[in-house]
Amino acid sequence: MIPADEEALLPAYVRRIPAGGYRSLNPLTKLTLAAVSAIVAFGVRGWTGPAVVLAVVLSSALVAGVLRRMAPFALATLPLVASILLVNTFLYPNAHDVIANLGPLSPTWTGATAALQATLRVVAFGLSAALFALTTPIDDLLGELERRGVGRRGSFIVGSALGAIPRTVERAREVVDAQRSRGMDTEGRLWRRFRGLVPLIGPVLFGALAEVEERTMALEARAFTAPGRRTILRALPDSGWQRAARWLLLVGSIAAVVVSLAGVVKLP
Amino acid sequence: MSGETAARVAAVPGAGLVLAGVGYRYAGASAAALVSIDLRLEPGRVVGLAGANESGKSTLCLVVAGLAPGVIGGRLDGSVRVDGVETKAMRPHELAQRCGLLFQNAATQLSGTTSTVFEEIAFGPCNLGLPGAEVVSRVWWALRAAGIEPLAPRDPARLSGGQAQLVALASVLALRPGYLVLDEPTSELDPAGTRLVADALARIARETGAGILVVEHKTDVLAQIADEVVVLERGAVALSGPAAATLADPRLLALGVEPPAAVRLERAVRASGIEWSQALAEAIG
Repeated sequence: MIPADEEALLPAYVRRIPAGGYRSLNPLTKLTLAAVSAIVAFGVRGWTGPAVVLAVVLSSALVAGVLRRMAPFALATLPLVASILLVNTFLYPNAHDVIANLGPLSPTWTGATAALQATLRVVAFGLSAALFALTTPIDDLLGELERRGVGRRGSFIVGSALGAIPRTVERAREVVDAQRSRGMDTEGRLWRRFRGLVPLIGPVLFGALAEVEERTMALEARAFTAPGRRTILRALPDSGWQRAARWLLLVGSIAAVVVSLAGVVKLP
Repeated sequence: MSGETAARVAAVPGAGLVLAGVGYRYAGASAAALVSIDLRLEPGRVVGLAGANESGKSTLCLVVAGLAPGVIGGRLDGSVRVDGVETKAMRPHELAQRCGLLFQNAATQLSGTTSTVFEEIAFGPCNLGLPGAEVVSRVWWALRAAGIEPLAPRDPARLSGGQAQLVALASVLALRPGYLVLDEPTSELDPAGTRLVADALARIARETGAGILVVEHKTDVLAQIADEVVVLERGAVALSGPAAATLADPRLLALGVEPPAAVRLERAVRASGIEWSQALAEAIG
């Protein structure tokens, strides 16, 4: 990390002192919050776990000013949510409290309750991940991980993998367009869409591999493998209470799961 | 004495980038990709590299930058010296500070992990662990050299092709290499982007004294910026010499290289029986 007098040489858009309560948290604190959200949302029985996570995530998103931008992330969970609702409501094993008989299908109250609970867990987790992604620049996270001793290679792989997702999606879109221009039907029925996927896999996969090779060489050409510690330009805010909070959150979430699973406290 | 120190001691700054009898064969390949290449690049000079597809241009770039065989393997014969030091004796990060390499696809060269162009350009100097003040000074220098200071606060993922290529160029420059190897830096650019990059290269050679080896299919660009041109065919040097003479060589087309527009125009004018004069050449520009 560079000394304060040298940091003053950095332009304001690089120093980027985060404004606002949630945004100014250290990336590791936000990462811990996301991890704890996942632990509680999936580990604590009943409605309490996911409901608490959802409430915390939504209020944090409101404070951070990203509530509206989370809508696409919520929509992205729809396919999974739909399958959870259908499978649980209609096919829940050993449930006899039938809501109505719809031909061969008999949705049950038990199944519907389990489906809604599972949906709440998925949405709570999805939105907590979205909150983290929307409020934490990748380079901040990498810098922080590296400052804490995670190897340059390890932290770069994390960041690079996150950055590769939009590029892979873009390439897949190009390949689909190329297939369409050659007359392949990639829309319509599910089977047609599936058939359209097969020729997509090769170009996207091999393209990604070729890109990895060129990217590796480009990194070498930018001294990525130089020995010693990397210079970290920007000091990110951290404090004693954040460090304590991270540990408390982790220990507390694990304890909550244990208590919940052991049935010591009955939670709704 | 460590390898790094040894390389520094042995270096003769300004001695040039010299290839002598260089041959290269990719790992597992039966045929050589490069055969007996002799080439010299002096500081402040621009050498253009042309040739048909598969003639060995990109391979030569990798060899000159030490990535072949250093990173990708294969077998290298002959000698590649940067300022008097064999590239084989240097590790990739040492070579990166002597000989910068720019690929044709800007998207794969940017780290993809930074929020601003400033930080993207700082990526290389930060990797070297340089003091913060030195990193900042190098970034501003590279931004100025590439002529892209106004881009400094921008998001690297939201640049045009030409801008992204200039950012990649500045990122390489920030390591302060004495020599630059550019593999088709304008291949994915429109005329405006091509002009941006060509102007930047001419300025960099003039103002920084870096020697530049540039692979380029667009011979108009070579005519504008190169002092010398080397044409490869099947991995060997087929033509070489001063840019103007080489680009006007009648054998160029047979080697798969389109002569510059000015040369084609001159030939067309002469073929139609009109007398070609210096005044006419200057009028056409």
